[in-house]
Amino acid sequence: MIKIKVDSLTKIFGKRPERAIKLLNEGVPKEKIHQQTGLTIGVNRASFEVHEGEIFVIMGLSGSGKSTLIRLLNRLIKPTSGHVYIDEEDISLMNDEQLREIRRKKISMVFQRFALFPHRTVLENVEYGLEIQGMPQAERTAKALESLKMVGLESWANSLPDQLSGGMQQRVGLARALANDPDVLLMDEAFSALDPLIRKDMQDELVELQDKMKKTIIFITHDLDEALRIGDRIALMKDGSIVQIGTPEQFLMNPANDYVARFIEDVDLSRVLTAEHVMKRAEAVSLDKGPRVALQFMGDLGISSIFVVDRQKKLLGAVTAEAARKAVENSIPMEQILEKVTTTAPDTVLIDLFDTVATTSIPVAVIDQKGRLLGVLIRGAILGALAGQYEETKQGKNEVLISELTEEGGKVS
Amino acid sequence: MTSFPLPKIPLDKWISAFVDWLIEHFDPVFGVIGTVVEAVVDSFEWAFLAIPTIVMIILLTLLAYRYGRRSVAVFTLVGLLLIDNLGYWEHTMQTLSLVLTASLLSVIIGVPVGIWSARNDTVRNTITPLLDFMQTMPAFVYLIPAVFFFNLGVVPGVFASVIFSMPPTIRLTNLGIRQVPVELIEAADAFGSTPGQKLRKLQLPLAKPMIMAGINQSIMLALSMVVIASMIGAGGLGADVYRAVTQIKIGVGFEAGLAIVILAIMLDRITQNIGKKVKQEER
Repeated sequence: MIKIKVDSLTKIFGKRPERAIKLLNEGVPKEKIHQQTGLTIGVNRASFEVHEGEIFVIMGLSGSGKSTLIRLLNRLIKPTSGHVYIDEEDISLMNDEQLREIRRKKISMVFQRFALFPHRTVLENVEYGLEIQGMPQAERTAKALESLKMVGLESWANSLPDQLSGGMQQRVGLARALANDPDVLLMDEAFSALDPLIRKDMQDELVELQDKMKKTIIFITHDLDEALRIGDRIALMKDGSIVQIGTPEQFLMNPANDYVARFIEDVDLSRVLTAEHVMKRAEAVSLDKGPRVALQFMGDLGISSIFVVDRQKKLLGAVTAEAARKAVENSIPMEQILEKVTTTAPDTVLIDLFDTVATTSIPVAVIDQKGRLLGVLIRGAILGALAGQYEETKQGKNEVLISELTEEGGKVS
Repeated sequence: MTSFPLPKIPLDKWISAFVDWLIEHFDPVFGVIGTVVEAVVDSFEWAFLAIPTIVMIILLTLLAYRYGRRSVAVFTLVGLLLIDNLGYWEHTMQTLSLVLTASLLSVIIGVPVGIWSARNDTVRNTITPLLDFMQTMPAFVYLIPAVFFFNLGVVPGVFASVIFSMPPTIRLTNLGIRQVPVELIEAADAFGSTPGQKLRKLQLPLAKPMIMAGINQSIMLALSMVVIASMIGAGGLGADVYRAVTQIKIGVGFEAGLAIVILAIMLDRITQNIGKKVKQEER
């Protein structure tokens, strides 16, 4: 279900912004518009949809307009043109009263530098959103404590924010945003001010909390690793425009243009790519075809071992060319020459596979939960993928290959 | 000396005409204001003098101890005993009443104006030169229309003091509110605060130390006006100094002057620390 729909949202800073809108529509670049009119394009006709319950990451370097964009969503900044729909209500048309109501009930925000009120205790900070709605003291304290508990800080309720570390302060920020139980959470570079270890903890914690809460989260960051780690989908911004929207995988596999490609080139691919991304078509033979056919296939394909599957494509093991030859000579059934194969799940990241791949003689098989063969990991292909020469292998192709072999085997027998 | 052969702009006549117009049309208003102000000054004075001197001294010493260091309390005790000993107690209390009334009015008018100008750039830009004008125009000049509006006595003194002493309260209230970090304002907005809630729950608490500093300065400026105010009939220590000057009584002038200094230091230290204490207690 679509929770937030953003329709050609534009923000232009400066006087009489309508001058720039015309130029934008004519495709004049941002710098040129600035030269001609003195106007700054904050966000340029951004359109996207955010689904209920997803973490939607908006990523971009500083100055790309991402902070402006997130502020347009709860109208801390008023859009120059375009629309923001939350549950099909147009935020951009609301009056102050309606806007306050939606900010109080539906959408709350976590800030980069925490933005905790220094004169209020942790508890009073968390209570703030409820307090201004006029909720009675006892009720709001109970809710605020509950929210603090969720982030593990209930014992700090009566401390002042500046007595807490950065990570704790941001947890208070998160608790404050969660206290009024909003549907939508806007997080503006929420973890960027934290040091790397704490940041990683907070990312994990957020993902964990999200599993329970199922909020719709819009998360701004300039950190690609962070985007890949927590984002269900990512939008990349440049110069106020959205350059690409997609899942983390789509970003890595199919960068929409050079800019995206450059942006992602420093990513540690071994932590992002999974077995599924780099596996090759698996050569397999079904068990009932016997060692002779297996030997024949290996000879044709020029390989020294082949996987053996049953009729349901479930992986049984592998045979080497040498064992198959001996079996043919001595009429030994295939069952007896099967060797054990190291297997892995398709979503294992490459960094966890290096050791396995390096130490086994028969290539590592990728299998699904039911034990069916999906593909094979070949050392060269892994290294190639890490070097950025990724060539997409579709899971479907593997299946086609195996079924072909099985059918062929069927004809033979 | 020759001037350009242009006729002189009759600014003086315009101002006089304006003041006449004000008096003609708003005399009842001035009457009411005058009555109220006088009542306030009188009640302060009555209260301060109704309390036995020694009790008053102890109260002020305790106040100084509450909001200052012990040295401030000792200074207050010794200073006030000295004033009493020199025979200026009654006049000191009259001056204190005048200063407190003027300061009170400065705060009542100044803080809201400061808030207003913090929220509106146009107001700020209009008010700033006006404040410069109020502070740099020699204070004596206000005395003349003040007398026209309010006749002789303590009220025109208060009026002139308020005009002279209000600017710091306005300026620092404005500054204090504007200095609240923009991200905190954003946070307050993002949770759906009304402008009033934002002001009460965020801006004023955070601006409080700055506002208190402004009030402190206003009190000091009001105190600096007491001698000038005495020229139009306000009593108290100012009148003593003024009389000493006109009659060349060096000793009396020094005594009354010293009493003003003691009062000034006492008020300064106490109000300065109220601002800080408020800050500390909230932490």
